[in-house]
Amino acid sequence: MIFLQLFWTFLKIGLFTFGGGAAMVALIQNEVTVHHHWLTTQEYTDILAVSQMTPGPIGINTATYTGYTAVLNAGYGHGLAIVGSLLASFAVILLPVLLMICVVRFLQRYRSNHYVNSVFQLLRIVVVGIIAAAALQLATVESFGQPAVSLHFIASIVIFVLVFVLSMRKQSPIWLMLGSGLAGLLLYGLV
Amino acid sequence: MVKYCDLFWSFFKIGTFTLGGGYAMIPLMEQELVDRHRWLSQEDFLDQVALSQSMPGVLAVNMATGVGYRLRGFRGAAVAIVANVMMPIIFIITLAILYQFFKTNPLVEHFFMGVRPAAVALIAAPVFKLAQSAGISWKTVWIPVVSALLIWLLGVNPVYVILVAIALGILWAKIGKR
Repeated sequence: MIFLQLFWTFLKIGLFTFGGGAAMVALIQNEVTVHHHWLTTQEYTDILAVSQMTPGPIGINTATYTGYTAVLNAGYGHGLAIVGSLLASFAVILLPVLLMICVVRFLQRYRSNHYVNSVFQLLRIVVVGIIAAAALQLATVESFGQPAVSLHFIASIVIFVLVFVLSMRKQSPIWLMLGSGLAGLLLYGLV
Repeated sequence: MVKYCDLFWSFFKIGTFTLGGGYAMIPLMEQELVDRHRWLSQEDFLDQVALSQSMPGVLAVNMATGVGYRLRGFRGAAVAIVANVMMPIIFIITLAILYQFFKTNPLVEHFFMGVRPAAVALIAAPVFKLAQSAGISWKTVWIPVVSALLIWLLGVNPVYVILVAIALGILWAKIGKR
């Protein structure tokens, strides 16, 4: 039953996302491409690209789009796929929202707790590794091309390095993505 | 008393007009909630940002929940959340449907061939930014490296890595206390 699995998976992803959108993208990637095989790596990378180019929180955008595609790939129509997208978005925010309401109610008690601080300090370090693993798992042949002397592979490496460096220098992701897409249109369309 | 429609409109604008995810929303939120409407003081706002970053989940939704709840309780939280994610979800569903029809179009395929490595680069870049803000030193650098290798090479689910980190964090705090 894809809908139950989808709900449970995204409930779990929401609860275990520490460190914002990039961490959530990493968890979603692991669940949907490695464990459940609902999506191929290429499909997931395309979803990521679209989520980074559209307004809104990247975690929500990715959850919505992944829910849609997973249901569609399971052989259902567009109507049920929309139900899947709403279900995934709802599930991913449900537990964090309830938790946030509880914490706001009892705010002062938790903030300076010795144990809570220690856990978050370690989590912030671990999340760096989790995001790195997602980037490594996404750098596949489908996204970059065969590592032979092919135009696709060389162009992909150049785009990767350029976007990586420019993103470190705080260039807007929107322009980086649109620029890369334009480069793709010119390179693969004309050559 | 803050009106529901004002709360809705503020978070609707914040969700609809910020490109680049949750962190990009913070300045716009500050402008709306602190400067324009004076619903929160500067200190309360920064407190809420710190809290939203340390809780699980999506930063923007955590912000909407916390602010909405402070202002109008459960209903306030619900209004702020729905307003915040409504347009992004509609955008994404529209694009997802369009993509299904146009993915075999050569222009779309070429566009995505260019964009895929860029999407991966945008996931790789925060690794180094976050490494700095997490205060990783030469003594602790093995922790993210081992986590990444466990997930990447051995196929360990990241959820278990997080659970182990939580357990070790508690243990560490206990040892430190003595």
